[in-house]
Amino acid sequence: MKKVGIFLIVICMLLSSVGCGNKREIVGTLTVFNYGDYIDQDMLDLFTEETGIEVKYEEALTPEEMYTKYKAGAINYDLVCSTDYMIQKLISEGELKELDMSLITNKDNIGERYWEFSKSFDPENKYTVPYFWGTLGILYDKTRVKAPVDSWGVLFNGDYAGEIIMQNSMRDTFMLALKYLGYSLNSNDENEVRQAQQLLLEQKPDVQAYLVDEARDEVVAGNAVMAVVYSGEAYLGKTYNENLEYVVPKEGSNVWLDSWGITQKCKNVEAAHKFLDFLCREDVAKTNFEYIYFSTPNDAVINSLSEEERNDETIVPSEKSTENCEVCVQTNADITELMNELWKELKSE
Amino acid sequence: MNKKERANKQSLISSPYIIWVIGFTVLPLLVIFRYAFTDSNGNFTFKNVFATFDMIHMKAIIYSLGIALGCTVICVLLSYPLVMALRCLNLKKQKFTLFIFILPMWMNFILRVLAWQMILSNNGILNFVLTGIGLEPLRIANTGTALMIGVVYDYLPYMVLPIYNAISEIDEDIIEAAKDLGADGFTVFCKIIFPMSLPGLLSGIVMVFVPTMTSFVISDILGGGKVQLIGNVIEQEFTKAANWNLGSGLSVSLMIFVLISMAFTTKNDNEGKGTAIW
Repeated sequence: MKKVGIFLIVICMLLSSVGCGNKREIVGTLTVFNYGDYIDQDMLDLFTEETGIEVKYEEALTPEEMYTKYKAGAINYDLVCSTDYMIQKLISEGELKELDMSLITNKDNIGERYWEFSKSFDPENKYTVPYFWGTLGILYDKTRVKAPVDSWGVLFNGDYAGEIIMQNSMRDTFMLALKYLGYSLNSNDENEVRQAQQLLLEQKPDVQAYLVDEARDEVVAGNAVMAVVYSGEAYLGKTYNENLEYVVPKEGSNVWLDSWGITQKCKNVEAAHKFLDFLCREDVAKTNFEYIYFSTPNDAVINSLSEEERNDETIVPSEKSTENCEVCVQTNADITELMNELWKELKSE
Repeated sequence: MNKKERANKQSLISSPYIIWVIGFTVLPLLVIFRYAFTDSNGNFTFKNVFATFDMIHMKAIIYSLGIALGCTVICVLLSYPLVMALRCLNLKKQKFTLFIFILPMWMNFILRVLAWQMILSNNGILNFVLTGIGLEPLRIANTGTALMIGVVYDYLPYMVLPIYNAISEIDEDIIEAAKDLGADGFTVFCKIIFPMSLPGLLSGIVMVFVPTMTSFVISDILGGGKVQLIGNVIEQEFTKAANWNLGSGLSVSLMIFVLISMAFTTKNDNEGKGTAIW
């Protein structure tokens, strides 16, 4: 019996030493704040393995929730990933640190185009590194449309009455109406916003529903001919139903961009830069891309894709389709308030 | 045990309840009231509560009232025949039927609403059956009709159970006596069963009317975002517009609405029998 005991103890010791050998000594921690399920968790382990820096991963669902949690200050986040207009808000409130780009050696993997997009909320590319991006467009069933879809006009000309799904989101819905009228989607002109609302009011009887998450599914299931969705959703939709096609209308649309920044509260700035550098590395970016399937700003990853994938508008929106697109930034406070009112009015009609 | 000790013991036993009430009823209410009576800079104002009378908000409230009233009336009309039919069964069968009736409530209610969405959608089960037997497909997905079906389905058990409890307590002898004196079935129902079921009916009304009035998830899913109840407006103020003050102001006035309707029903409920589920 005694021998068995000793044997077990030896086994245990061996196992635990093997365990130690696999892991590097922990030299620091980073608290990372990101959207839920927005990174391949294996990459966090890989980062710890390579650098010895432990990563605590905190999640939020929406930019607004992220902002509220961040401001509550219960947790000191070192790194934060959020969406264009929320990043803009954080920068304007002085919450983000200037990055030392010389520490992010893999930053050249991020294409010039995406640094340009970034400039709309981070004018000198000082604070953020792009992570994922995409467009807003129309997902439609190509077997059920009368003519090729290339304009927001199909939503407003009455051809598809009762077959249209709109986004149940104020900004997205106003955005496309403004674009259709030829205005900027970040319009700060009361008159333009009111015209957009008028257009949407006239459209409402033709709209089957205003949805968010189910918009894609309704088109996939054939309950509607077309829906306004984001490109990542459209990609999934196309994998479920091969008759679907996605288009960014010629009038232009919204380009959204999720970016990483280092917070003012960050204690381990060097480690934070290491993490950003790690995310830009080709193999890591590729793994994350294959996990999330939104468009990646990482040119090295894009070049490694197959010809077919590279030509898919939902994975790599072409230069042409984003030509007239804009990144969404905060509008003036009074315009935001007006839009809220007009949106409620639209919904209550 | 003297009086003081007993009092101490009682307060000890009730302390979890008191902590619960303070933590989850009183404090949240105070927070809501604080938001409701301040503006975004923290200054005192009545603006948020009076905003209830804005055109858009009034429209939503009136629509919610309409849906809630409609739902309550339909639930009452469905409940009485069901309960009367139940009465005719023997006790074992009664229990079993009720069990079957309540069974769906064990599932998450969002799931049940999503199921209705699948049934009612344009290419859904209902239209599949209708076209299968050669009828025109119906277009009721994302309309007020779909919303009404959803709320009636979800809240019907809350009407049936209290009415059933009240009616099953009626002594069979009373009904037999009435019949001996020459009353027909209809008179028995009007003169005995209905009056004696009133406490159950009233608590059923409260339990159906109030949640319908304040619901927002069902209208979001089955109304397709095209119908707007006051609950949707409040939800939007909190989650989208980030205007917690206005959202709280509207909640407070909605609470007043609900309190008025509760006061009305509890005043009539003087026998205290309608407390079946509370």
